[in-house]
Amino acid sequence: MTSDEVLSQVSDIIRDVLDQPDIGISLTTTADDVEGWDSFNHINIMVAVEAHFHIKINTAEVEELKNVGELVDMVLHKQKVRK
Amino acid sequence: MRIADLYWLPKVATTNDELRRIAALKSVDWNELVKVAGEHLDFIQTNRLDKILARHFSATNLPETVTKPVRLAVLSSSTADHLLPGLRVAGLRRAMFVTTLLGDYGQYLQELGDKESKLFAFDPTVILFAFHAEHLLGNPDPALSTADAELLVSDALNRVTNAWRLARVCFKGQIIQQTVLPTMNMLMGANEHRLSGAGVTLVERLNLRLREAADVEGVALLAIDRTMTQDGLATWHDPSLWHRAKQEISPVATPAYGDLVARLIAAQLGRSYKCLVLDLDNTLWGGVIGDDGLEGIKLGQGSALGEAYVSFQSYARDLARRGIILAVCSKNDEENARSPFEKHPEMVLKNQDIACFIANWSDKAGNLRAIAEQLNIGIDALVFADDNPFERNIVRRELPMVAVPELPDDPALYAKCLSYGGYFEALQITKDDFERTGQYRANAQREQLRTSHTDLAGYLRSLQMELRWAPFDKVGLQRIVQLINKTNQFNLTTRRYTEQDVLSVMNDPKALTLQLRLIDCFGDNGIIGIIIGKPDGDIIHLDIWLMSCRVLGRQVEEASMNLVIEEAKRLGARNLLGEYLPTKKNGMVKEHYRKLKFTQTNELDDGSSAWHLSVAEYEPFPTFISTVRTMHD
Repeated sequence: MTSDEVLSQVSDIIRDVLDQPDIGISLTTTADDVEGWDSFNHINIMVAVEAHFHIKINTAEVEELKNVGELVDMVLHKQKVRK
Repeated sequence: MRIADLYWLPKVATTNDELRRIAALKSVDWNELVKVAGEHLDFIQTNRLDKILARHFSATNLPETVTKPVRLAVLSSSTADHLLPGLRVAGLRRAMFVTTLLGDYGQYLQELGDKESKLFAFDPTVILFAFHAEHLLGNPDPALSTADAELLVSDALNRVTNAWRLARVCFKGQIIQQTVLPTMNMLMGANEHRLSGAGVTLVERLNLRLREAADVEGVALLAIDRTMTQDGLATWHDPSLWHRAKQEISPVATPAYGDLVARLIAAQLGRSYKCLVLDLDNTLWGGVIGDDGLEGIKLGQGSALGEAYVSFQSYARDLARRGIILAVCSKNDEENARSPFEKHPEMVLKNQDIACFIANWSDKAGNLRAIAEQLNIGIDALVFADDNPFERNIVRRELPMVAVPELPDDPALYAKCLSYGGYFEALQITKDDFERTGQYRANAQREQLRTSHTDLAGYLRSLQMELRWAPFDKVGLQRIVQLINKTNQFNLTTRRYTEQDVLSVMNDPKALTLQLRLIDCFGDNGIIGIIIGKPDGDIIHLDIWLMSCRVLGRQVEEASMNLVIEEAKRLGARNLLGEYLPTKKNGMVKEHYRKLKFTQTNELDDGSSAWHLSVAEYEPFPTFISTVRTMHD
């Protein structure tokens, strides 16, 4: 899976969780940039990403994530490791 | 095959598009939302549907056809706000509108004790208590002595039952207690129970004691510890999320959690399904009876497939034995369809297990309607089990109120699918439940006798009916509460009483209470009528009059009315007041009091009416029913 593909799927998840079908999301988007992306929804986004990509994100990793790009990189990395 | 996945609900490829489409609409039809709630939804889809629901409907803005909103208070010791959408959507799945109130984190005792609290303002009809293990048991030393460990469990149990009692004093509704989730880690292993102070051991003991206490106190248990034995703890509880957000239940499991709770609420409201309608070919046996013949169908020992069908039949028979009505709906020639029931040695289900048997070539939706009509139950009380996805989808489209579980491909899994789906959730079992199949079968025999008699009087006389009656008593209590809370059709006021409410009229010597049992030449129909009259000077207000639809048209109403008058006289009443409060289900009794010679005194725009009868002027109805004052054998 390419970075663009993962970004596109992660973006769909974020839009679904936040129930905002039209928000624009890029690799540099952070939670602070998006209305409604609070700590409650942050957990939902992480859990949904885990379920969608069949990966597990550690507690420490969640705390270190700075933007969507880092989340995409993490998904790519974990998928590679699994193979 | 996990409960957390709600896999008995159909996966629909277009669910996401549907949600997007509905979210953009200015106004939404309630039934459309109910339909989407019946599809397989993950937790994000559940949350989205919940938002749409909230945007278009509220407790004061509901379609007329929806019954009164359920006000559910969730009093939890850990984070629970993420549970609420799943609870509301699971209600929607059963066409119930659920509003929720979340108690402040761990503050439930204060809220229950404070009349100014938002809990009191909310006035819940259902209270759900959810406590995590550490909250109840602390962090005990595993080396506790057996006696100290038992003390710790008793102490935890007392705190829980105290909360129930406080809730019972303040509110009338249903109390649901989540059993304690065994989240602790093992210190010994498989023989952990030998370590009295180990968390796992304590939780096991506590859950056992909770079950005993809940039976005594009339509390419904949300047996989430048992769900874990099916799904595994890891599916429901994520230790990382516990530390990150104090979520005891992982978000992925919240739709299922909601469903488990909504079943209990539905059961309390008498909205559990009552009848399992079975397809035949490839559902009860392998193959097609019309093509393969008696010798050709796969059923019975000797082949894995044949055994799987036997085990599914056994499950259906056991459901019937505990009070679920069985019916057959099959596309077949009737003679072919019946032949295995009569002649196949490996059939577990026999003709007499099936209360209504329809085999023809008409469409199944029409036949399901006919089944509901013949059994005299609502069509929304049917669960339809069919291996054929095509038939399932047609029925879902034509009859959205019928539950159609998404049976897995393998018949070995049919029973699990029905059992996980929780369609027949029940809170207690009464003697009548055990006898139900026989009662419905006897009804079919009565139907035959009726058609063989050309005149009604001759038919009624031949039934040799005996109406046994008594004021309320402790023995009948469970059944009385059950009937009051689940009877929808022949029910003049549809007032629901808790066990406490029933006890209080039972203990009032001036109140009129009648429980009625009908026996006839085909057997015992069980308790078929409940009447409650509340005293007010020389007036008795008939607060509840309900009867089982099974005995309609047999002069039971008239015979009961004669009894009401006798009792009213004994209590010194001169006037009887009756009322009719319409619901979407009780249109059949609109004229009930007129038929019993009451005079109408009022009628409102909403269709409700008030009635009066003077006791002195009453002339007893002649009937073919003898009345006997006795009740339980």
